Amino acid sequence: MALEHEDVRRAAHLARLSLNDDEAAHYADDIRRILEMVDRLQAVDTQGVAPLAHPLDSTQRLRADEVTEGDERERFQRCAPAVEDGLYLVPRVVE
Amino acid sequence: MHDKTLTELATALAAGEFSSRELTESLLARIQRFDGELNSFITVTGDEALAAADAADSTRARGEAGPLNGLPLALKDIFCTQGVRTSCGSRMLDNFVSPYNATLVEKLATAGTVCLGKTNMDEFAMGSSNENSYYGPVKNPWDLSAVPGGSSGGSAAAVAASLVPAALGTDTGGSVRQPAAFCGITGLKPTYGRVSRYGMVAYASSLDQAGPMARTAEDCALLLGAIAGHDPRDSTSVARGVPNYRAELDASLSGLKIGLPKEYFGDGLDPAVATAVREAIAVYESLGASVREVSLPHTELAIPAYYVIAPAEASSNLSRFDGVRFGHRCENPTDLIDLYKRSRAEGFGEEVKRRILIGTHTLSEGFFDAYYKKAQQVRRLIRQDFLDAFEEVDVLMGPAAPTPAFDLGANKDPVSMYLQDIYTIAINLAGIPGISVPAGFANDRPIGLQVLGPHFAEQHLLNVAHQFQQVTDWHRCRPAFAGENA
Amino acid sequence: MMQWETVIGLEVHVQLATQSKIFSGASTAFGSQPNSQACAVDLGLPGVLPVLNEAAVAMAVQFGLAIDAEIPETSVFDRKNYFYPDLPKGYQTSQMYHPIVGPGEVEVALDDGSTKRVRVHHAHLEEDAGKSLHEDYHGMTGIDLNRAGTPLLEIVSEPDMRSAKEAVGYIRAIHAIVTYLGISDGNMAEGSMRCDVNVSVRPKGQEAFGTRAEIKNVNSFRFVEKAIACETQRQIELIEDGGTVIQETRLYDPEADETRSMRTKEEANDYRYFPCPDLLPVVLDRAYVDHLRSSLPELPAEKRARFESELGLSSYDAGVLSSSRPMAEYFEAVKQVCGDAKQAANWVQGELSGQLNREGIDIAESPVTAEQLGGLVKRVIDGTINGKAAKQVFIALWNDEGQTADELIDAKGLKQVTDSGAIEAMIDSVIADSPVQVAQYREAEDDKRGKMIGYFVGQVMKASRGTANPQQVNALLKEKLDQA
Repeated sequence: MALEHEDVRRAAHLARLSLNDDEAAHYADDIRRILEMVDRLQAVDTQGVAPLAHPLDSTQRLRADEVTEGDERERFQRCAPAVEDGLYLVPRVVE
Repeated sequence: MHDKTLTELATALAAGEFSSRELTESLLARIQRFDGELNSFITVTGDEALAAADAADSTRARGEAGPLNGLPLALKDIFCTQGVRTSCGSRMLDNFVSPYNATLVEKLATAGTVCLGKTNMDEFAMGSSNENSYYGPVKNPWDLSAVPGGSSGGSAAAVAASLVPAALGTDTGGSVRQPAAFCGITGLKPTYGRVSRYGMVAYASSLDQAGPMARTAEDCALLLGAIAGHDPRDSTSVARGVPNYRAELDASLSGLKIGLPKEYFGDGLDPAVATAVREAIAVYESLGASVREVSLPHTELAIPAYYVIAPAEASSNLSRFDGVRFGHRCENPTDLIDLYKRSRAEGFGEEVKRRILIGTHTLSEGFFDAYYKKAQQVRRLIRQDFLDAFEEVDVLMGPAAPTPAFDLGANKDPVSMYLQDIYTIAINLAGIPGISVPAGFANDRPIGLQVLGPHFAEQHLLNVAHQFQQVTDWHRCRPAFAGENA
Repeated sequence: MMQWETVIGLEVHVQLATQSKIFSGASTAFGSQPNSQACAVDLGLPGVLPVLNEAAVAMAVQFGLAIDAEIPETSVFDRKNYFYPDLPKGYQTSQMYHPIVGPGEVEVALDDGSTKRVRVHHAHLEEDAGKSLHEDYHGMTGIDLNRAGTPLLEIVSEPDMRSAKEAVGYIRAIHAIVTYLGISDGNMAEGSMRCDVNVSVRPKGQEAFGTRAEIKNVNSFRFVEKAIACETQRQIELIEDGGTVIQETRLYDPEADETRSMRTKEEANDYRYFPCPDLLPVVLDRAYVDHLRSSLPELPAEKRARFESELGLSSYDAGVLSSSRPMAEYFEAVKQVCGDAKQAANWVQGELSGQLNREGIDIAESPVTAEQLGGLVKRVIDGTINGKAAKQVFIALWNDEGQTADELIDAKGLKQVTDSGAIEAMIDSVIADSPVQVAQYREAEDDKRGKMIGYFVGQVMKASRGTANPQQVNALLKEKLDQA
């Protein structure tokens, strides 16, 4: 599957990474070659093979519905870039 | 005292030969003296270490010391440590002082160990050479022009240079085993789910696993016992008892059935590495093991499958670094999109961005089935290869890496860099444990023998590695750098 | 003139009433200080991991059982990837491909007393996002993540509804089910239930669906009705003017009573769903599901049917009284005490509901308890008091003037006078005091007398201060007036 320059720009936008044209071209070149390597997968017959998401065949454990965490806002917000009145601040979100 | 193994140090501390404070001070001095050149630490936590050492000495004075009490070690800077910067080798987290401890960190602290600092690593654990760190590359103490391997390169180099007797690393595609091999130390990747991932900054969640890196298998056994076990905070951690990993170290290997995957001895394997590995296997034969060739037919698909699954998971795992609640935030964002795009573009290095882009692309509409679903199907085939092989043999053996440590700057091309992990990556896809054991040198650079076992066979792997170290001296070799005469 | 048909499908998000969040041990309580209930996991700090809440799973399964849905043995959590400041991890953990609840069906009661079955495509568990506060923080938006990680059950209907009334009926039915089950407080004002409404129109008789617009976040029954009405109108006018409807997300503006496109430049969404590697498949064993099934309460549709068939209520009364669990429980308690379903229904829907509505009080908070009202209705039925006195007693109970109806009847001397001697005496005195009226009555034709007797009844009742039995008064009066 050929990778277009536009695919990289689109991925960069979805992933919220700013890229200039040179960077986009550079990544497109790398990623094209990586995907060529990955394309070896296409030659394998996987008909009827169930996808494997986790290496062990275990199932989800369930947690009892109990409140175990208290208010640690002060501590957690010490590493925040911008807070006011306990809120995280971001540039204005327009709905 | 810095040349002693963890086990020897434990004995010496117990015998009162020296205190944990004396040991800690001596190692901090070595770090101070040698790490400027090596660059194996991102953060050295001297004050915290001395306080922990004093606490450990008091515990011992009260007669309450456990087996790891007072033992110094280092943590890869991927484990969250409360009150200490946890950078993950990234500018993104250069200012991130974690408000909480990883489960593994808690367990090691409870055991009375003394953390000397946080070791350098490839950014977000993405790399095989430790050249992808915001804090600069780590050098291989055996040859300062060579890489230490990655991504746990700082941990491996620090142990190899005797700055610390043991360190913790993480392994997503070989990141414990390959640097252990490159630096001539012993490194274990446990079964997926054996050690809690809570508080370990995620790269690829279905592949990541923490493991010990030390001089000997015996030391790895000591450490694994302290970090393994079920964690209610990690859904993927396994609720299964933790055996005494040291109990079977001395068991005889007579009758051990070793399989040599023929795919691990093919084209691309450096002849010197092949020779060293075959000699190591001959040692096992002399210990009563039998050897046969086996096949892991989907081996060549491991790297392609990995470079779909790992970047896909990473692209999602790394979305939380958005400049809002923690981490790097760009100056004067004009709007929300600008905040995201610039913070992330500035905070992440090139390899991380490359993998985020690959993962984002392969998960996107129209590509998901061809890439992600296909890779997961192939992942099942790869796991089945191992399950089939372990029907026939007890362990598999082969090289940990196709070459010894390569030169810094030698692998500029990402694809050729990725191919370095040919012998380690499939193990993560299958979730099985693997250990790299020092097995010789080529051009004065160490070579690692990799031993693989079925899920939860750590005890047996440690036994197999330990028996090798009873009859060989490779693990006792020390680099000239930072040696007695340095 | 073309005849149009509206086609509606609904996605209802229900906040589940768990104590802690779906993947963390933080509290779900509403209205705390900003970010005081956002723990490390909710904030998506580096390295944290989710662990699934058992109660959220149980509640989702209970809902599934209540709508007769298939409960698949295995369900899987996926990540829905997108960036938004109220979404801390950059993805929402949801269930895209293997939801916890499979296809089911909801019975919807319509205003004309008929019912309609609306198919539910599936329901899945997911985590709620935080909130953006747009007050001005130096031109910045503030983010509160207390709500992040609150468990949501998203219930996705088939496009089976054909009018705004049906859509509202469906939401009411969902509301009744989740509140009956106690799996949500159903409080729409606090956002415990939120709806996305998919609306399209097509010419009557056409089989293919038209292009739909999705109206996001409509948060009251009334707004759902109005949003559908104006969106239907917009689409019809657009098509009739030669335009085409585009598939897009719209917002309903209640003040302007119109829907607006949410983005002028429609951004291509690509959520890159994939199975969440931090969570394992959720496998429900049969015993667990059977246990939940056996502990289900009687549900609204079953109650309605029973109220009609066993208690003989009209379908309208049965519908109203089963519409919410507190209402149904109140009614059944009144019925239990007074022993008469119809009288209990009349009182609950009449005097009680009227007073509750006037004062804006929920039935669960009614100052008159069901036991008190039952005791009052019992005294009406056994003739101890008449209807007029009963209303007085009801108001006295409401105002907390006494504990029981009996106590108030005694205290106020409202016991109905049934002693015919006493009544006769009062009648005699009224007749003696009203010679003119008596004469008129006696001169009147028989068919006019029925109406004229009302005057005398009124006088006698007045003399008795309302306590005389009206039927008895009537009969005795007639006897005496007709005599001479």
